[in-house]
Amino acid sequence: MDNVSQASAARRPDSPQVITSLVMGLVGGALLTGFAAWFLKAESEYVVGFLLLLAVVGAVAASRLGALDRIGVAFGAYEKSLYAIVIAGVLVLAWIFRQDHFTLLMITTVMVYMLAGLGLNVQFGYLGLINLSGASFIGVGAYTSAVLTMHSAIPPLLILLIGGVLSALVGCLLILPVLRTRGHYAAVVTIAFAILFESFLKVNDILGGPQGLPVGAMSLFGWSFNNPITFGGFQASFYMNYLLLTLAVLALAFALVRRVERSWIGLSMDAVRLDETAAACYGIGIRRWKVLGFTLGNFLIGVAGAIYGMMLGFIAPANFGFSDSLILVSIVLLGGIGNPWGLALASAIVVILPEKLQMIQEYRFLLFASLVVLVLLFRPDGLLPRGMRNYLPGRKVAP
Amino acid sequence: MSESDTLLSCTDVTRYFGGLLALDHLDLDVHRGEVLGLLGPNGSGKTTFFNVLTGIYAFSEGRAVLAGRDVTRDTAQAVYKAGVARTFQRSRLCLSLSLFDNIMVGNHNRLSLGMTFNLLRRRAFARELEANFAAARDLVEVFSPALADRMNEPVANFPMLDRRRIEICRALISRPKLLLLDEPSAGMTHEETHQLMDDILAVRAHTPELAIVIIEHETSVIERITDRCAVLNFGKKICEGSYAEVIENEEVREAYLGAA
Repeated sequence: MDNVSQASAARRPDSPQVITSLVMGLVGGALLTGFAAWFLKAESEYVVGFLLLLAVVGAVAASRLGALDRIGVAFGAYEKSLYAIVIAGVLVLAWIFRQDHFTLLMITTVMVYMLAGLGLNVQFGYLGLINLSGASFIGVGAYTSAVLTMHSAIPPLLILLIGGVLSALVGCLLILPVLRTRGHYAAVVTIAFAILFESFLKVNDILGGPQGLPVGAMSLFGWSFNNPITFGGFQASFYMNYLLLTLAVLALAFALVRRVERSWIGLSMDAVRLDETAAACYGIGIRRWKVLGFTLGNFLIGVAGAIYGMMLGFIAPANFGFSDSLILVSIVLLGGIGNPWGLALASAIVVILPEKLQMIQEYRFLLFASLVVLVLLFRPDGLLPRGMRNYLPGRKVAP
Repeated sequence: MSESDTLLSCTDVTRYFGGLLALDHLDLDVHRGEVLGLLGPNGSGKTTFFNVLTGIYAFSEGRAVLAGRDVTRDTAQAVYKAGVARTFQRSRLCLSLSLFDNIMVGNHNRLSLGMTFNLLRRRAFARELEANFAAARDLVEVFSPALADRMNEPVANFPMLDRRRIEICRALISRPKLLLLDEPSAGMTHEETHQLMDDILAVRAHTPELAIVIIEHETSVIERITDRCAVLNFGKKICEGSYAEVIENEEVREAYLGAA
């Protein structure tokens, strides 16, 4: 199969195949949004079970009928419309649940996890650095926002950036051991860090010890995010503020990570992951890319943490333990290593499923562990595997 | 041979692994534009020589000078930058990446790697991408026009012969001065080996300045493409000369066949 000619055939705007695929994409987006709304509304566990079954059957049927491939081709050429559909879908969901605190919190949490997942995706998916202390870097961001919102007059939007930068700086402590080790040994270094970090928070009285710290609210141009939105007849929960902000930050981060992948930087990172020795023999500076990717990843995770802290309003060391780091890694594994879209699906599964199936709350680690094992056995590249690199989607040049 | 014809000059190259002497005071010169066959039984130090020269292993003793520049203490990256590119005995392509991506890995030194260039100046990036795509395509076409139409396919889709070709393209894209080929015929049929050697001869005709050192076991290949051969045994050079000369050499026969 020739990707080039297929893609360029799909790019002709008058091609009937493209138009039907775009229509299918729109219908698919609408169906997916409807499904998500139904799922989020569902209260009885029978309904949830039925919807899960429906999702599995629907996904299998769509891929058997080749619908997924066709939509994939169409959106390879018109990627911007895909972004528009997804953002519109999230906004529709936000509208439907505008008064429902808990559901808005859940949707926003999915996006926060996805944002952190984007950071891990750069580290693990592109560079092959397994970071098992993701939750610790979320913690650095969250504690930064706690201290700075309560004890400084720095504008909260800036605090998000500072949270990311501090997280990246703390990551520099790990750089040396990570650079000196390879593969699993580097992973062990990050486990050690995760455990150290949690104990550090627990014994450190300045940071609130085991009780944790309150976090001030986000505010933009004098508008505190703890206020509910009222706009004429329109009323929405204060979580709507955080949802919109997180969506905006996530969209930026997504675009950034996409561009990293679709550049010589992403190519170099892939080469480092796949074969360090060969990469070195072709002039690729291993350290340079590892430092850059690890730092960029921790920055994104830190920003996610800062938003998360402000939204929760209160944080404690227990939020940032080793098991939370494992959850983050399982998101990357489930979704499809190296594919940012996979993160969206996996974050939704990991965040929403335990809330909807209260009976599995206690067993959620067991469930995720078996889910990850099953996926790795039967779909080793994840639910949505990463595709070939397409440097310039939608352009009329061959690559 | 005059001094200026010497591209690479290695003197006293020695490498220990613990108590094992893998390379034993090896002297070897490579001239511009020649194809030098590196021969010797298994474990005689041929691949170790490549690994030491390309900076994967450090020199225990001795030095190497490439076109007037001492590369003895250089890292793998610096040796590559100085103009030495290699292939590996076991193919080391990135199987999940496309053919084009794999060749671009070899072009690393000539790509713009800045953050702003890659992330923000996407128009300039697109131009550089297009120029590189055209260059990679032209290079692949020398080897196989059929491959040139499959630039976006993952390398895992290709048979061994094509993978070797891609690996050689990856080494050639940056226009090195010296190409090190580590047993390019390994794992291939006689027919495939023959085709690959045609390709290598075609490359030679395209780039007369390029020097090639090739590790090879198959005698027909060596006879056909090398100008000169050096034979190693237990890390020592035991013979150097034309193919006809080295196969007549007593010591070489002994190394391969055992003492008469």
